[in-house]
Amino acid sequence: MTTRRLSQLDALEAEGVHIIREVAGELERPVLLFSGGKDSVVMLHLAAKAFAPAAIPFPVLHVDTGHNFPEVIAYRDAAVESYGVRLLVASVQDFIDSGRLRERPDGTRNPLQTFPLLDAIESHRFDAVFGGGRRDEEKARAKERVFSLRDEFGQWDPRRQRPELWDLYNGRHRAGEHLRVFPLSNWTELDIWEYVAREGIALPEIYYAHERDVFLRDGMWLTPGEWGGPRDHETLERRLIRYRTVGDMSCTGAVDSSAVTIREVIDEVAVSTITERGATRADDRLTEAAMEDRKREGYF
Amino acid sequence: MTVLTSTTHELLRFATAGSVDDGKSTLVGRLLHDTKSILADTLAAVERASLAKGFEGADLALLTDGLRAEREQGITIDVAYRYFSTPNRSFVLADTPGHVEYTRNMVTGASTAELALVLVDARHGVVEQTRRHAAAATLLGVRHLALAVNKMDLVGFDASVFRAIRDEFAGVAASLGVDDVVAIPLSALQGDNVVDRSAHTQWYDGPTLLEHLEAVPVGEDPALEPLRFPVQYVIRPQTDAHHDHRGYAGRVAHGVVRVGDPVVVLPSGRTTTVAAIDGLDGPLDEAFAPQSVSLRLTDDVDVSRGDLIAAAGEAAAASQDLEGDVCVLSDRAIAAGDRVLVRHGTRTVRAKVVAVSSRLDLTSLESSAYDGALRVNDIGRLTLRLAEPLAVDDYTRLRRTGAFLLVDDQEGSTLAAGMAVVARCHQG
Repeated sequence: MTTRRLSQLDALEAEGVHIIREVAGELERPVLLFSGGKDSVVMLHLAAKAFAPAAIPFPVLHVDTGHNFPEVIAYRDAAVESYGVRLLVASVQDFIDSGRLRERPDGTRNPLQTFPLLDAIESHRFDAVFGGGRRDEEKARAKERVFSLRDEFGQWDPRRQRPELWDLYNGRHRAGEHLRVFPLSNWTELDIWEYVAREGIALPEIYYAHERDVFLRDGMWLTPGEWGGPRDHETLERRLIRYRTVGDMSCTGAVDSSAVTIREVIDEVAVSTITERGATRADDRLTEAAMEDRKREGYF
Repeated sequence: MTVLTSTTHELLRFATAGSVDDGKSTLVGRLLHDTKSILADTLAAVERASLAKGFEGADLALLTDGLRAEREQGITIDVAYRYFSTPNRSFVLADTPGHVEYTRNMVTGASTAELALVLVDARHGVVEQTRRHAAAATLLGVRHLALAVNKMDLVGFDASVFRAIRDEFAGVAASLGVDDVVAIPLSALQGDNVVDRSAHTQWYDGPTLLEHLEAVPVGEDPALEPLRFPVQYVIRPQTDAHHDHRGYAGRVAHGVVRVGDPVVVLPSGRTTTVAAIDGLDGPLDEAFAPQSVSLRLTDDVDVSRGDLIAAAGEAAAASQDLEGDVCVLSDRAIAAGDRVLVRHGTRTVRAKVVAVSSRLDLTSLESSAYDGALRVNDIGRLTLRLAEPLAVDDYTRLRRTGAFLLVDDQEGSTLAAGMAVVARCHQG
C-alpha cells in the first residue's frame, strides 16, 4: 500500500511556499527583508522555488545598520546575484549622517533599524513585507500571526490582530496600512538548519566555527569594531567561535564552538541548552518585554 | 522521480482548551519542560520571575504567558503557538485561552488542529466550558478529543473521581458524534502522567499524555478524497527557454492529482486534462495534499487566481447560494441584510446575508430557531447570496474547501469563520 505523507520538513516547505504565493497573488507591492541571516536566506530559497521557472516577482530589502559583519555583506551581494533578485538597501548610517537618527550611547544600532525600515516601506509603498520571524524565537512572537497587520506607523497591536483560521490568510488592509508576513512562523531553529542541510543552501561563513579575536561583555563574546568595542577594561582573546544569529556587530554575540560542518552545527543546536536569542542577542535582554515593546514600535 | 513517502518525522497539530484556573498554562509549561523543550536560559528567566512574584519554585505557566498584559493579569489573551518534538514526532500546539468570551480563540486554534486537548479540574469535573470547548472543536472538524483530568493530586489521586469525570465526558463526546476520546488522570503541577508515568495512579493503565500524543493517527489519506486545488498564482516566465510555460501554482487542498487526470475548472465548469505537475524539486507524476505544486493543463483554458481545479465528475456544484455555520470572531454583529465579503479558497466575492436561521447553544449543544443578529462568540447558521458563484464543499466532508471567512468589506477585518453545509450533489 502506498502511504502519501509529507515529512515535517516537506510540510513546512509546502506551507512556506503557499504563504509566499498568497502574498504574491493577493498584494500589489511585496518586498522580502533580507539580512543575510539564515532565516532570510531560507525565505529567499523558498521564494525562488515558489515561482520557478519564473523569477521571484518582488525585490529584497536590506536594512543596513552600518555595523554588519563584512562576511555577511559579501554573502548578501553574492546571494542576490545568484537568486537573481533586485536588492534595495535602507541605511541606518545615512539616517545618522543626515541627523534623522542619533547614535545610542551604547553604540547598539539594532533598535535604530525601525525608522529606516518604515521609511523604506512608505517611500516604496510596500504593502507586504516578508520577515523571517519564527514563533519559537521569543514568547511575544509566539502570538504573532502569519499575516500581521501594521498601522501607518508600522505598529503592532496584539489586541487588533485578526484571527487566522485554516490556511485562509486575510491580506486586506486600508490605505497606509501594511502587512508583515512570516512564512517561517512554524519552523524551529533546528528545522531551519535541517532544511539548509537538505537543500545545500550556502550560508555566511560566520555561522561555522572559526578563530576570531573577541572580548567578553555581558556574558557574550563580541567582535571588536568601530562601533565601540573593546573598552579599556575589556581584553581581546583569540577563540574558536561561531555565530548562531547574524545581526548588528554591537549586539550579536558568538558562542564557543568547534562545529565546522553543517552536521556538526545541527548536532550542536540539538543539544544546546540556551535559546539562540538568549545566547547571542543583547537586544532581547533589555527588559522582560523587550521584544514585545520593539514589535509594537514597528520592529519585526 | 516521485517520492510518495518520507515518513521519518511527522507533524501533529493540536489545540488546548480549558476554563480559567484549570491549570492549562501549567500543563503546557509542564509538557514543554518535561520533553526538554525549555532551554536553560528561558527556565532561569521563569524562575527569576516566579521568585519576584513570591512563588516557591518555577511557575511553569509563565513559560506561555507571552504578553505583558497577560503576565500582569495572570491570564492568557491570545492563541499562542508552541513547538516541541520527540524522536518520533514534532508538535505544533495552539494554546488557546479559556474565558467564555474567547470561544473565538478556541475556534481559531481548532481550525488547524487534528486533536483537541480539553482540560478539567478534577475537583470540578465537566463544567459548561468543557462542553463548549468540546463542541467548538468538534464543529471545527477535530476528530480526536483528549480529556486531561488535571489536579488529581488535589483529590488524592482517587480513581472513582477520575472515572466519574471520564464517563460524563464520554457522554458529551458521544452526543457530539466523536468516537475517539481518551481521558487521562494527571497533575500538571507535579508532572504525573504528563510525560512520565505517575506512581500515584496504579489503577490507571492508559497512556500518559505524551504517549497519547505520539500515538494518535495523523492526517487523512489523500487517496480517499477527491482533488481540490485552489489556484493561487499563474506562473508565466516569458523567457525564451520557457516561452509558452503557464503554470497554475497552488497547494493541493484535498486528494491526489496525477498527470493525465481529467479535471474541471470552477466556477467556469470547463474540463481539461493535467499535462504536467511541477513540484518544488522538479517534475512529478502525482501530487497530494498538502503539497505545494504547479499544474500545467493540456488546453489553453482561461484559469486565474481564485479558480478551483477539481477532479472531473467529483466537483462541488458552483452556486450563488451558500449556507453555513459561522462563529462570529469580531465585535461587529452579523445580521440579515448585511453586506460582507466571502473568502473561500483563493477567491473573494461580495455577498449579502439573506437570513440567520438558528443559533447553537454550546452548553446544551442544541440548535434553536433564531433570526436576530449573531454577536461575537455566537455560533449560528445563516444563508448568503453571493455576487459570483463558488464551488463550496460540505465542511464535514472536506475541511479546507468547506471552510470560508466573512470579511468586513470596508475595514478588511475578519468577521466570522464559516463552515459550509452542503447537501451532497455533484456536477461535471
